[in-house]
Amino acid sequence: MNGWRILLIGIITASLWAPGSAGGRTGYEYIDINQPFLRKMPLAVPLFTTVSGDAQETLHAQKAMELLTATLDFTGYFQIMDRGAFLYDPQKDGHTTASINFPNWTVIGAELLILGRYELRGDDIGVEFRLFDTVQGRRLIGKRYTGKASDQRRIILRFCSEVIYALTGNRGIFEHKIAFVSNGSGHKEIFTCEFDGYDPQQVTRNGTITLFPSWSSDGNWIAFTSYVKGKPDLYIRSLKDKRETVIARPGINISPAWVPGKFELAATLSYSGDPEIYLLTGSGKIIKRLTHNAGNDVSPSWAPDGQKMAFVSNRAGSPQIYIKDLESGTERRLTFEGNYNTQPSWSPRGDRIAYASMVDGNHNIFVIGADGEAPVQLTRDTGDNEAPSWSPDGSLIVFSSNREGPSRIYVMTAFGTDQRRLMEMKGDQTNPKWSY
Amino acid sequence: MQKKLGIVLALLLVIPGLMFTVSCQKKTVAIAKEPVMEEAPPEEPMEEEKEAVIEEEPVPDKMAELFVQEDIHFEFDKSTLTPTAQDILSRKGEWLRENPDVSFTIEGHCDERGTNEYNLALGDRRAESAKAFLVDLGIDASRITTISYGEERPVDPGHNEEAWAQNRRDHFVID
Repeated sequence: MNGWRILLIGIITASLWAPGSAGGRTGYEYIDINQPFLRKMPLAVPLFTTVSGDAQETLHAQKAMELLTATLDFTGYFQIMDRGAFLYDPQKDGHTTASINFPNWTVIGAELLILGRYELRGDDIGVEFRLFDTVQGRRLIGKRYTGKASDQRRIILRFCSEVIYALTGNRGIFEHKIAFVSNGSGHKEIFTCEFDGYDPQQVTRNGTITLFPSWSSDGNWIAFTSYVKGKPDLYIRSLKDKRETVIARPGINISPAWVPGKFELAATLSYSGDPEIYLLTGSGKIIKRLTHNAGNDVSPSWAPDGQKMAFVSNRAGSPQIYIKDLESGTERRLTFEGNYNTQPSWSPRGDRIAYASMVDGNHNIFVIGADGEAPVQLTRDTGDNEAPSWSPDGSLIVFSSNREGPSRIYVMTAFGTDQRRLMEMKGDQTNPKWSY
Repeated sequence: MQKKLGIVLALLLVIPGLMFTVSCQKKTVAIAKEPVMEEAPPEEPMEEEKEAVIEEEPVPDKMAELFVQEDIHFEFDKSTLTPTAQDILSRKGEWLRENPDVSFTIEGHCDERGTNEYNLALGDRRAESAKAFLVDLGIDASRITTISYGEERPVDPGHNEEAWAQNRRDHFVID
């Protein structure tokens, strides 16, 4: 995410939110991401205006428009409108609020409009983007970006983040990566990709079983389990300088989960005789033991405040989700339906916990209130759906599914809608984890 | 240098082999199912004797093979030892008592139906269950290493009850 800082980004035009404008300063009323039955906002993205109009520039502009549309569509917030219905000529019609014929857009049902102006000069690009509320006939955002042609994807994603921020009040997911496990090489290794599955990169080359990637809050560290020394040990690797710490106690050293905002993590170690959850420093020293219980205690997942931890325990005879409050030291059972509930993932918004529950022989993703509010089933009739992980804004859930045969990585909204595969790679992909 | 090393290696292999087989002779007699012993004429020269001894090696190997080949199996989501598993472990314990130099690893495995993290913990418990049983039989804990593979190393790649039953296992490997 360093790359963003390298980008030369010129931001032009007047302030986006004129004082006293009707929408107020936030504009978050456009999309309430807590609303379970979100109405998709009709969004029009016509072809971008090109400056020289030459073939190369037109091709680049077309690609930029397609990526922008796909990226915004990914959120599940929008209904992307069919371009055929547009009464608009990108080479003739204007880009300013005064020159736009808003009724031409409202008449076809568009409530939001993005206009782009694209210029390619040698290896440099200059792009202007404007987001309009067609109903109120006003501009919500205007941005100008300049950079190299190779920066195009990052420029587009940057603007899309601005759009999401203007409409929802948070930065969205476009600058965050997903780590996962793939066995395409013949061994399970850790990979990362961008939010939409773009640019998968192999992180480990251990040539053995490697599992359970977990990102530190700053995105600079990945912890994982690997059999490099012949048994499941915990590795904490710096993504910046390849520094690596190993926790190789007797027994298993598995399922790391970084404490939000800290250089500390919880993990399951079994050296004491049975699998218990411990709090560790980022350099691998044990701070304290968090569970004291005969049987398996695994899969910690932290509440955003870092004070509570969801985890799996079979202390009651079958694997169930529990919550430990670190301040009071109390533990309570969260799930009571079903007899195989594992892989908790605490929403970054704090209110809900996703998990996998085995029903009639198949795992499916459920979401339950952290206060115990009734569980809701998000996947069904699609084979095994496992390993849910929330997007950093809490709007999406990434998970693995074998609905098409091999295990692949899928994404859905927090309410289970818009389920789609992220990418197609050789082998099976499992254990996805969104970076925060 | 190479030759010397070869000789040293050969000695290293042969000497313990001799000690091993000699120490096993009593046992093979006790088992009384091995015709090799009767066939070896006692008045033959030393060299021949050596060869006869070497031919005997398959006897302990078979026992070792059985130790390695015979897995113990578990119920779904359980690490408790079934009566069958306890019988198998008792036999393994006997052999281990007779072969006090053998160190070994117990691998705990699971079927694919559970989830990875929990299965790694379950595999750990399965290996530890067998270890505890053998330690109770008097096998020194220092001879035993445990390792969990969770669901990562199925012996049967199938996706049915038969395969799952095969995969919920402890596997034994001589170090």
